[in-house]
Amino acid sequence: MKTLMMTAAFALSAGMVTAESHSMTVRLGTEGAYPPFNIIDDNGEVAGFEREVGDELCARAELTCEWVTNDWDSIIPNLVSGNYDVIIAGMSITDERDEVIDFTQNYFPPATSSYLAMSEDADVEGGVVAGQTATIQAAHVAESGATLIEFATPDETIAAVQNGEADAVFADTDFLKPFVEESDGEFMFVGEPVQLGKGIGLGLRESDTELKEKFNAAISSMKEDGSLNELLVKYFGEDTQTYE
Amino acid sequence: MFAYCADPDSLEGLRWFACYLTTGKHMLFYQSFGFVIVLMLITAPIALGVGFAGALASRSHVAPLRWLGTGYTSLVRGVPDIAFFLFMPLALDQGLEWLRHKAKCPDWDGPIRQGSDFVVCAEAKLPLSSSPQWVHEYYGIVLGIAAFAFVFGAFAAFVLAGAMNAVPKAQMETAEAYGMTRRQATWRVLVPQMWIYALPGLSNLWMILIKATPLLFLLGIEDVVYWARELGGRKTSAYDYPHGDWRLWYFLGLLVFYLLLTRISEIGFARLARRLSRGQATLAGAEGARA
Repeated sequence: MKTLMMTAAFALSAGMVTAESHSMTVRLGTEGAYPPFNIIDDNGEVAGFEREVGDELCARAELTCEWVTNDWDSIIPNLVSGNYDVIIAGMSITDERDEVIDFTQNYFPPATSSYLAMSEDADVEGGVVAGQTATIQAAHVAESGATLIEFATPDETIAAVQNGEADAVFADTDFLKPFVEESDGEFMFVGEPVQLGKGIGLGLRESDTELKEKFNAAISSMKEDGSLNELLVKYFGEDTQTYE
Repeated sequence: MFAYCADPDSLEGLRWFACYLTTGKHMLFYQSFGFVIVLMLITAPIALGVGFAGALASRSHVAPLRWLGTGYTSLVRGVPDIAFFLFMPLALDQGLEWLRHKAKCPDWDGPIRQGSDFVVCAEAKLPLSSSPQWVHEYYGIVLGIAAFAFVFGAFAAFVLAGAMNAVPKAQMETAEAYGMTRRQATWRVLVPQMWIYALPGLSNLWMILIKATPLLFLLGIEDVVYWARELGGRKTSAYDYPHGDWRLWYFLGLLVFYLLLTRISEIGFARLARRLSRGQATLAGAEGARA
């Protein structure tokens, strides 16, 4: 029975492949654990700001897109080895990453990162600060003089503060904001927000120059007609930074 | 699932839980339990087959075959499992793509390795980037099974080779005295009797295989551990059902699942051992005959 179903599904998909082969399929890799940028919603689907931006960019670039999730710490190696074609996972454009992969122009303006802690007097400069592995925030903490402990997922960094393992978390302000607002005073921001990175862009293999140009054009058109700004306001609130 | 789940914000108490535990995401979580079991049921016979071939090879009178058999078992036994788990799927995938690239795109002149990129022509991609997501998932699972079968096959080969050596030598000598060739004696006398000696080692391997299934998570396969971590994490109002850090409860569920699975296996193996001991010249076999 099972083999029968599999054969049927396979025959069906074989038909789909031939029908689709003239329009290129692009696989978008995301983390699915970084609200409000990208999450896996309660139906098990990729959702969030980047889902909407990605779908719109694909429509404008006339590409057929498929969403794939991948752990953050192996997201660059798996792009390079061809498991998917684009990283769309709240990844800030930095020089270090640019040496390994290519970035499009940013679709999210350069933003601030903040410290989240459970008390006002948390020591963010000499204490223990949690960060997600291989993020610009983790790199910043490592240089700040605080002791850095790294976690594979953003969720674990918050849990570390709650368990008392770390004094604070350092992450994107937009990611931390809902935790502060919904915690009834348990979590709070401490210290000053820090400006990091050159904004968030799509990551591509260095050999994929044609695809990069298509996405760059699509991002420009979303910036020009204001649809990107609408999405920014929808997910990050009225007072978020938008494009001119 | 239920009609009253349409508006999650208005729910309380039991109803909230009824809706929460039946979201699409939870259904994927429940499916992944079945997936783990199916995966083991597929992997175990393959690993046993690989192990059997390995054991026969390591006892072979043909020298290159023997070297292959012993080389395979000692190589895998000496390298950490996790290294093989990360290495095998990657090596298999790139190897297959390279072969397909050579066969399908002979006039491609660019290098395959460009810096850190591994670039093959679009027709050689495995699976094709135009194929639907489930093909990619199945492909990943097949690679995972291959890695499991390779690693556990080596351990099974060692166990089976030991079991073959444990069959009393007198049995083989008698078979040869009756005029059987070495091959006939192996298949008619050695193989049917070796299983009872192999069983403790194999049951041990099965237990280790059950406990090794969360390694699939490392290969990016969405198994029980992936969903437990994903569902258990603190959820803000970006999700329909916000809650605190519930990972403890989800992992406790996994603990119970694995304990049940190993306990059922233990019972199964005890029965199998009784069955295989019948008529054997072992202590258990002799006790069975007396009773």
